[in-house]
Amino acid sequence: MTTDPRYLYPLSENAPEHAVSASGMPLERLTLEEVLSGRVAAADIRISAETLKVQANIARSAGRDRLAANFERGAELVAVPQDVILETYEMLRPGRVTDPAVLSARAEMLRRDYGANAIAALIDEAVAVYTRRGLFRRRY
Amino acid sequence: MTSPPRWRRFDEWDARPLRHDLFAAEDAEAGFATFQSPWDPAPSARVEDGRVVEIDGRREEDFDILDAYIAAHHLDPMVIGEAMAMDPVDVARMLVDINVPRDRLEHLARGMTPAKLVSVVSAMSSLEITFAYSKMRQRRTPGNQAHVTNAKDDPLQLAADAAFAVALGFDEIETTMRVASNSWANAMACAVGAAVGRGGVLFQCSIEEAEELRIGMAGFTSYAETVSVYGTEAAFVDGDDTPWSKAFLTAAYASRGIKARCTSGASAELLMGFHERKSVLYLEARCLCLQRAMGVQGTQNGGIDGAPLTSSMAGGMRELMAENLIAVWLGLECASGNDTRVSESEIRVGAKITPYLMAGSDLICSGFGAIRKYDNTFNPSLFNGEEIEDYLMLQRDFQADGGLAPVAESRVEQLRMRAIRAISAVFDELGLKRVPEEWVQSVAAASGSQETDSFTPGEVTRISETIRQRGLTALDVVRALAGRGFDEEAKNLLLMLRQRISGDYLQTSAILRDGGVISALNDPNDYQGPGSGYRMSDTRWQAVREVRGLQTRATVLERERHHDPTAPLWLVATGEAVKSGDPSDIVIGLSPAFGAELTRTTAGHDLIDVVLALTEGVREGGATPRLVRMRHTADTSFIGLTAARLAGSGYGIGIQAKGTAVIHHADRLPHMNIELFSNAPVTTLEHYRAMGRNAALYVAGQTPEPVIVPVDGQSLAARYHVRVAMLYAIETGLVVADAPPIELSVVLGQEGIPT
Repeated sequence: MTTDPRYLYPLSENAPEHAVSASGMPLERLTLEEVLSGRVAAADIRISAETLKVQANIARSAGRDRLAANFERGAELVAVPQDVILETYEMLRPGRVTDPAVLSARAEMLRRDYGANAIAALIDEAVAVYTRRGLFRRRY
Repeated sequence: MTSPPRWRRFDEWDARPLRHDLFAAEDAEAGFATFQSPWDPAPSARVEDGRVVEIDGRREEDFDILDAYIAAHHLDPMVIGEAMAMDPVDVARMLVDINVPRDRLEHLARGMTPAKLVSVVSAMSSLEITFAYSKMRQRRTPGNQAHVTNAKDDPLQLAADAAFAVALGFDEIETTMRVASNSWANAMACAVGAAVGRGGVLFQCSIEEAEELRIGMAGFTSYAETVSVYGTEAAFVDGDDTPWSKAFLTAAYASRGIKARCTSGASAELLMGFHERKSVLYLEARCLCLQRAMGVQGTQNGGIDGAPLTSSMAGGMRELMAENLIAVWLGLECASGNDTRVSESEIRVGAKITPYLMAGSDLICSGFGAIRKYDNTFNPSLFNGEEIEDYLMLQRDFQADGGLAPVAESRVEQLRMRAIRAISAVFDELGLKRVPEEWVQSVAAASGSQETDSFTPGEVTRISETIRQRGLTALDVVRALAGRGFDEEAKNLLLMLRQRISGDYLQTSAILRDGGVISALNDPNDYQGPGSGYRMSDTRWQAVREVRGLQTRATVLERERHHDPTAPLWLVATGEAVKSGDPSDIVIGLSPAFGAELTRTTAGHDLIDVVLALTEGVREGGATPRLVRMRHTADTSFIGLTAARLAGSGYGIGIQAKGTAVIHHADRLPHMNIELFSNAPVTTLEHYRAMGRNAALYVAGQTPEPVIVPVDGQSLAARYHVRVAMLYAIETGLVVADAPPIELSVVLGQEGIPT
């Protein structure tokens, strides 16, 4: 059966079964009672890659393919730890890395360890443009 | 020949607030150009083998970082051919044509380069841009965003001010800190305050990217808009980012379930010193194409920090509107600037906001200061705590939904106190601080931080550090709130955490209303001319128009009539008035309600005193006053003329209860009076006495100086006409067409009080 993903939106109202946290907790379980009983932890209030992919499908069927691609890149980063994310962001800033190979290796690591192919492609693209524009130059 | 003297009007103009503003001459070479610079490229695009190899006159091998990203991710090779070939004026006409769907125009934008987009909006007037914006903006229901900060980073005040902002109807609240290390305390305080009274207000804490992401991860904030992009490569790199680092950061926010929007705006590159001699609109168009390319859902643009600089240029405010139009045309949510205060002139401020009120916007202000100007840690906003009521009035004037609605005084006071109690309870419950009751009371009453006895920034730093070190999250706050009986607030905060899981508010232009998400997906702007698009519901309009201090007939009459039906009459009828043969006789004609149903002039003078002033004046001038009640008319001229025709001297005075008075002569046409006091609110008893005296001097054949009631330019109509109209209706209601005039005698005791 193929239904337009737009009918799922908003997920919290129309398709709560697609709204499951990164820890696997379904949305219905996030109640005041559950929080007070201590059965909800910080990891339970994180979005899941699956939910982001559903949101990506919704965005794409609404004609917003760039937004959809961003959600898909986001889905790839859900499992990536915070320090790796912040470190990668820092590496992408101009002049932080002076050797293109270091950034390429980061792309390869994200592809290999997290299956983050779209993110890796974005980094590879950056490596090519940074090289051409001389951005692998130390700024401080 | 000596030179003419300086006209003192220039001195007066020099002293006006407007003259604090600086205005810049056009100078494209120095970057001072709004829509067009000689160094702007002509629009062009070329595709080879499905790849974009030229943008706006620049070949692929020369692409800078923006061109490269735009070529790879914004431009759709399938649309370029059609879109780039179109005449800019034709496209501009499509933008204002209600019969051309928004989808069709968004499709074309995907094939347009920055220079092409600029060429289209450059063909449009401010009015056309406003209209196109109302058609192209993404979400149907307009919204607004508040700044909530204070100069002490005082969490009690942050919570109270956040609760007030929520009550006004702001959909988003943005805070930042005076001291960067206070970010965690600020975030916790605003998150708690924003959960008071209503759930679903999005909240952000503007700080350095990595810290902002951490605070977001802890569940305190729900969106970020500090993803800044710039229109030249040099400015971008100087801003310490590239399109790829920002695209990565945007994806990182999505991965944590945090709504994100970019920030850009005219003149940012000019302020940073890397403008490449291009027009500010062209550079902003590059920023916007880049943002769509990055896949961010929306933008905060329309000048932002560069808005005052842009507004210093000719056509600057039109440019700010044009860049907002390009944003929504590209399918982006638009938080449309109107944040930084662009002028010291209140007239320019009011004019700046008006097109946005009429067109509507996803977020009309990307930071309306809900606090006093001096408490705004970002900088004063276009509108601030001082001017909230002016904004509410503009909504009412134009019947436009600016996202806010008035809140009753007692409700504001309750909500502020509840917010202060809630954050105090959370601090206590989490072992962060016991808040003294004096602080609670001080903050509840204070308009701003200069008046508070509360936290110092240093104390806040220690609390903030503790929150960070202990890894406290929004879940801890939910538990603390519920543990202290703040169940509603706990549920409201939880509502935001639920959104974190569903991600519904990550979609374009999403906000929460009544506990549910509305966005460009489930509340799309469907404007197609009259009868379509956003219209306020009756309930909403009722809320918007209920401003403070509305005058109703009941309140005006209660306050102003001062009519005591049991009081003794001081004007006693003595029979039908007839024409007198006494050449010194001056008739003072009184209106139907004078001294009976109505007892004071609009200046507040008791009508007994007014009658005494007039009659004494007449006697001083050597004539004899006679009082006559007119019942066939309430009009001053006709009362005066009727009085004059009854008078043995041929001179009469006509006066209404509100104090408007006239000297008339029997031989004149009704509206050709001799002297007139038309500004009753500023007319004194001395003026009435002088009017009586002058009437007598005319009788004596003299030509006295007319009595002038000085005015100082106040809008008496704005100040009084509501009351005047309601009161005057009492006079006209008593008119009986053929009723003859009645002669009156004054019955007063020694103190001038009715006997």
